[in-house]
Amino acid sequence: MKGLAPIATVAVLLALVPFITASNAVLNFLVMAFLIALAGQGWNILGGYGGQYSFGHAAFFGTGTYVTAVLQVRYGMNAWLCFALGIAGGALVGAVIGGLSFRSGLRGSYFALVTLAFAEVLRIVASVAPITGAGVGTLIKLDLRPEAFQFQSRAPFYWVLLALLVVSLILTRIIEDSRFGAYLVALRENEDAAKALGVDTTLVKLGAMTISAAITAAAGGFYAQYFLFVDAGIAYGPWISVEALLAPIIGGVGTVFGPLLGALVIRTLGELTKIVAGDAPGLDLVIYGSVLVAVVAFAPRGIAGLIERVRGRLTPPAAPSLERSHG
Amino acid sequence: MVSSVILVPALLNGLMTGAVYALVALGLTLIYGVLHIINFAHGALLTAALFAAFFANKLLGIDPYVAALFLAPLFFGIGYALQRFVIGPAAHGEDRNILLVTLGLAVMIENALLYAFRADTRTINLSYAFDVVEIGNSFLAVPRVVAFGVVVAIAALLWFAMRWTDTGKAIRAVAKEKLGAELSGINVAHIYAVTFGLGTACLAVTACLLIPTYYINPHAGNAFVLIAFTIVVLGGMGSVAGAMLGGLFVGVVESFSGLYLGESLGQIGIFVMFILVLLFRPSGLFGERA
Amino acid sequence: MSRDNLNRRRFLQSTAAAALSAPSIARAQGSAVKVGVLHPVSGALSYSGQQGRIGAQLAIEDINAAGGIKALGGAKIEAVLGDAQSTPDGGNAEVEKMNSAGVAAIVGGYASSICLAASQTAARYNLPYIVDVGVVDSIVTRGLKNTFRFGPGFGVIAKTALDNLVAINDAAGKPAKTVMIVHEDSAFGSGLSKLLNTQLPERGFQVLEVISHPTPTRDFNNVALKVRAQNPDIVIPANYYNEYVLFARTMQQQRVRPKGIYSVLGGAASSYKFVKEFPEAAQYIMDCNHWFDPKNQKALELKKRIDARNEFYTYEVYMNYSCILLLADAIERAGSADRARIIGALENSTFGGHLMPYGPTKFVNGQNQGAAPVNTQVIGNDIQVILPASFASAKAVFPMPRA
Repeated sequence: MKGLAPIATVAVLLALVPFITASNAVLNFLVMAFLIALAGQGWNILGGYGGQYSFGHAAFFGTGTYVTAVLQVRYGMNAWLCFALGIAGGALVGAVIGGLSFRSGLRGSYFALVTLAFAEVLRIVASVAPITGAGVGTLIKLDLRPEAFQFQSRAPFYWVLLALLVVSLILTRIIEDSRFGAYLVALRENEDAAKALGVDTTLVKLGAMTISAAITAAAGGFYAQYFLFVDAGIAYGPWISVEALLAPIIGGVGTVFGPLLGALVIRTLGELTKIVAGDAPGLDLVIYGSVLVAVVAFAPRGIAGLIERVRGRLTPPAAPSLERSHG
Repeated sequence: MVSSVILVPALLNGLMTGAVYALVALGLTLIYGVLHIINFAHGALLTAALFAAFFANKLLGIDPYVAALFLAPLFFGIGYALQRFVIGPAAHGEDRNILLVTLGLAVMIENALLYAFRADTRTINLSYAFDVVEIGNSFLAVPRVVAFGVVVAIAALLWFAMRWTDTGKAIRAVAKEKLGAELSGINVAHIYAVTFGLGTACLAVTACLLIPTYYINPHAGNAFVLIAFTIVVLGGMGSVAGAMLGGLFVGVVESFSGLYLGESLGQIGIFVMFILVLLFRPSGLFGERA
Repeated sequence: MSRDNLNRRRFLQSTAAAALSAPSIARAQGSAVKVGVLHPVSGALSYSGQQGRIGAQLAIEDINAAGGIKALGGAKIEAVLGDAQSTPDGGNAEVEKMNSAGVAAIVGGYASSICLAASQTAARYNLPYIVDVGVVDSIVTRGLKNTFRFGPGFGVIAKTALDNLVAINDAAGKPAKTVMIVHEDSAFGSGLSKLLNTQLPERGFQVLEVISHPTPTRDFNNVALKVRAQNPDIVIPANYYNEYVLFARTMQQQRVRPKGIYSVLGGAASSYKFVKEFPEAAQYIMDCNHWFDPKNQKALELKKRIDARNEFYTYEVYMNYSCILLLADAIERAGSADRARIIGALENSTFGGHLMPYGPTKFVNGQNQGAAPVNTQVIGNDIQVILPASFASAKAVFPMPRA
């Protein structure tokens, strides 16, 4: 299959990082960047390729986190199994939310807002339901064995997450080349036209949402194992919804490497501004915010778009637009 | 459980709270209706307005209600400039870019306030803050009653302005049919900025109404954003009357769901209703039929 | 063209810089001892975080001014500041960086969720971690050898709060029988209310209703209405400062006057700020909270210095100040900045030179056994300690006099 070579190259290069640096600060930095990239890759499949902008990917991230944590703590199940079930749980939530929204024909900003509302409902439920530990949250027992999906050092965590990320990259690449992917892009460019050509747009969107949710849920499950603590704000809070859309938009929506690129840039920017701003609370984020605005002003189609432009090869506009009329 | 004596006070309370929500939502719905953007900076701008009202009182000794008279034009200017010189040019006409720009602005504003004024929670103590109006067995704080009246007046004013003034008509024209409006000689960039300015001015007034009973810190404004989005959708995007009615409605729903489900689970009432409305009546409860 | 190169170059530079900026952990005698000072100074918890940072920095200044760590030839303490950005992953990332920077120990965290994540990461490097506030008990029950909590946890706080409530009520002739709990719904408020709700009936109180609310809550009128309708003898709030302010003011507006407002880890009776800004709403509120030893000269001097800086003397300040002193004492006794030896020294610590009414420090499984909250009450324009009797500066005013 075409296009797998770059993924393989990136995978091998990144896999070597733990051999090059012994610094866990660097590994931890990359783990957080990959985590956002993975969550963002989920968002990218639905938002980037399908043009359905979600503001509520926290719903899937959080489900992955909670299923992974709660099943282990309450029912003593194996962590890896819980992780897999977390992904399935995320996919299920995605299918349900997608089913309800797309059947009602919600598009554009209406879809964005309904996903946001679903994530909020889940957050509120998680903050009062006894099974999630309610407000107290759920703490996974420290058990540093690979069988328990916990590792003595950072490197194995890093490799596991890298593997998940690479799977998501390959999956995205496969979707790009598939008929399903073509339908997805078609409905992004013009949903009515796609429908007229006989594409079952609701089904295609539903499929994309389910895959999207599963990938983001994987990021959530990994988060649970890495930090061993979950509460409603972490799992279903708006922070992850924002990060998950920020990475691909900055990196380049509807591209295989966009989310990874975006996540690395955002996280690097965050660290750089901390160095520049010193210890003054808030100043780093002021710089961060202004750079964000500047990036949009000068690279309106993300970094991937910028690279394309620099190469002098103009790509067709990959710009889904939030619905502009409510009529 | 919940005794019936508190139903009437809870209803009145919901209306009072809802009025403030409505004003936040009014600003948002104008921006949404015309520019069709989700303005992530709305909460941060409200926070900025709260700080402005606070310092007007602390440093200059100006009563918040008086401050509203000059903060509203000031924030109109800020909003106008933001849209005209920052958001508009940076966005290149793409919605997802507007999203990022407003997000970036929100992060900037919020943390600039944190950097400049630190995270302390500030309050002002006004002589009338604890005065109450007694209606039956309910006590209504005077500032909240004032807020209710002011919001209703502003909503009415905006409604008439949108209908009868040239600018109002231009705004509505741009909202309905941007290209057509442009062709008929309307300066769309200017109208966008005016709308954004109006929305921001609404926040300045909201801040002045809130400050006698609320607190100020660099995150204070965020608490109102999500609920304002809800109201905008319930009321029908871009509808002034819808935002007003939607605000009151949400205030009452929140009040009663808080009463019956508890304040924690009670928040769910609004979102569930929001989802149901979106799924079954996406033009909004009070919006014109699509 | 140039922009792309710039981006790529910058990125490469930054990763290279990050890799290079990890110096060796070995430290020569006499050179500075690095100590990680971790707080959420931006984000939702930034006020508390900034207060905590002030306390820690002042303690470090004082230690250095007094000649540094004598056992290390007068080595100065050098603070490595970290911003947890009010999230567990933010705290975790800072611990990693501090570890790379070669800190000997870390102090802080503030929020329970941050402390949980940060102390666990520190445990990977056998890096001593002193929790400043984080009250969730699981912080010290996970069996982490490196983690020490100087202050009290939920269990102790709830028990003390109940004991003192009973004592105050008994002393007044048992006027109070019914209680309502109003708490915020995250780990801190709900954990506490759960304990109170189960134990209050055993102590002879009837819990009329438990109201939980989110943080932030915009409006407390409904809560006040419910309180008014139920008319409990005592209202027990457990929430953060902002909500506390709104709640207390709303109760005043709604003319709700229970016999007592008895908060647990609440904002009012332990906040000079609230007392200063809302003397009327704060009057006679009691609080069971972290508090400095009012008979400790050093604590009172620090208060003056904080007042002179126009800051408020909140518990974050003196708890962090104390934690740094505790750590410095351990380094002194370890005679080394070696992590394992500092942990050993902390395990055997009997440090009594802190500002809290805890007596000599004694850690059992990482929890300081003497740590306990005290009861305070707003009386006049000041905050008085009313219990325990050994530290009390005034007698409890209960029930609240009707104005």
